[in-house]
Amino acid sequence: MSVNDTAAGLMAEDGGAEGEALSASGIRARFGLAAAAGLWFAAAAVTALWPDSDPDAWPRTGEFASLLVVAGGALVLALPFSLSGVARWKPVTDRLVAAVPWLVVLALGLIGWEILTAKLNLLPRPFFAPPQALLEVYLDDWPRLLDCFAASLKLLFTGYAIGAALGIVTGVAIGWSRAVGYWVHPVLRLIGPLPATAWLPIAFFAFPSSWSASVFLIALATGVPVTILTWSGVAGVNSAYYDIARTLGASQRFLVLRVAVPAAMPHVFVGLFMGLGASFAVLVVAEMLGVKSGIGWYLQWAQGWAAYANMYAALLVMALVCSGLVTLLFRVRDRLLAWQKGMLKW
Amino acid sequence: MVALQQIAEHPASVDPAGMTIDARGVSHRFELHGAPLPVLDGVDLRVEPGEFVALLGPSGCGKSTLLRLIAGLEPPSRGRILADSRPIQGPDPSRVVVFQDPTLYPWRTVRDNVALGLEARGLLRSQGHRIDEALALVGLTGFAKAYPHQLSGGMAQRAALARALVNDPRLLILDEPLGKLDSLTRLTMQSELVDLWRRAGFTALLVTHDIEEALFMATRVIVFSERPAKVTADLRIDRDYPRHRGDPVLTELRHAILELLGLAGTW
Repeated sequence: MSVNDTAAGLMAEDGGAEGEALSASGIRARFGLAAAAGLWFAAAAVTALWPDSDPDAWPRTGEFASLLVVAGGALVLALPFSLSGVARWKPVTDRLVAAVPWLVVLALGLIGWEILTAKLNLLPRPFFAPPQALLEVYLDDWPRLLDCFAASLKLLFTGYAIGAALGIVTGVAIGWSRAVGYWVHPVLRLIGPLPATAWLPIAFFAFPSSWSASVFLIALATGVPVTILTWSGVAGVNSAYYDIARTLGASQRFLVLRVAVPAAMPHVFVGLFMGLGASFAVLVVAEMLGVKSGIGWYLQWAQGWAAYANMYAALLVMALVCSGLVTLLFRVRDRLLAWQKGMLKW
Repeated sequence: MVALQQIAEHPASVDPAGMTIDARGVSHRFELHGAPLPVLDGVDLRVEPGEFVALLGPSGCGKSTLLRLIAGLEPPSRGRILADSRPIQGPDPSRVVVFQDPTLYPWRTVRDNVALGLEARGLLRSQGHRIDEALALVGLTGFAKAYPHQLSGGMAQRAALARALVNDPRLLILDEPLGKLDSLTRLTMQSELVDLWRRAGFTALLVTHDIEEALFMATRVIVFSERPAKVTADLRIDRDYPRHRGDPVLTELRHAILELLGLAGTW
């Protein structure tokens, strides 16, 4: 009994010490959050109160300052939640506290950008636009941007889906059948290393439309890495897996679809990631050179009109979309390959 | 070939559920760097229904190759192997193998691994209930939804055993199934395997390096020579089950086998 008492006492002491440590780090976290909020308000003040060097150039300065106020206000509102210690809010406030260094740097960066462009006009126009110019693009040109992104995503998904499907089928066929391997392997070795964009002049000439040519190029850029990785995955399947299935009465079809393909899946996903990266590059180049819509075309068009703010705005959204697509593929992989031990979580 | 007289009077249990295996003059060779490598040399072996036959021999002598031939995974270079008087044409679910590595499919749960044979033959709907029975038989009921990487070595090998038994094999081919387990798990599973065999009545063929294991489990022990493997002894182990590891008769047999393998000096 005395041992139990001692243990309980020790635990209580431990708990107390931990609580104090938590509150100390909690105070630091709240201070950081408040400082970040202050900096976002400062950015708003610089934007709104310091007059632009060219008063007519940036009509959306007021809106941008309001946006900064909203951001600072959101951080202030988060403060009591992080103070309350309610378990329900903890995941959100913890993430916010972890992001404090980034929030500080972002606010400082925005202040610096604002001063260098709109306020002091130190950077050459029109190549450098202030942040309110980007906001202006989103507020005024969003229908065109939306159209372009929709067109790009449609093209990307069509090409990527065709390329990925053909790549998986071809990769399995090479890995499975000696005859297919004999004929396809040399072709793959010759054509695989060629960048898909090298086909661009021929593709635009050979296909009925620049859109179908772009689908072909994206499918090619996706298909080559998917094929090679799928093939290597199928070739590397433990032969004992086949022995087991064969003694249990499996048909050839079962061996391919239920043994080879799932066993090769981790490799297939590496190929799908590589293909996704390659498809982004081909998409933008194809749209810049041939297709009359999409985000590549928008970039080209903005550059032609020296509308650099539009270009930056489009680039920013594009970065978010591409990153989102990669994240989406990671999610799909995590779901399908949940059986893997010690898998990297994104 | 050394013949040893029967040690006890109890006849080996014979069950019609088991398969007869008859290997006649079986020779087999591999190609190694372009040169032929003979692994089996004129092996004659008849296994009666319901027997538990252990194949003992030096490492790499070709015992496992004989099992692969009997499983139908490869045809022999020479000779014939009959299963129930019919020549073996290829793998068949009546002859199921359990390998040294459990080789569970890592992307399938334990339950789906055990379901493999039924699924491959399209019997999942009609005989799906057998999966849970097989899991219960090997004591893995609570682990149906676990993935192979979450299992210990012994549990994984039990799952592999369930995957074999769910197909109701008439011949269970055991290729050093306990070889990679720790010694305690190994002893436990030896008893479990013997119990399963006695209850189900299938014929069992076991390749092992462990003389004690062979004597503890089998009704017959076949001793092979160095590669290319030939049968050098065929010993009948007529002791009752459950057997005792300290049984002096088994100890005596163990000595005899060590002598056959040229290791009598270590006794």
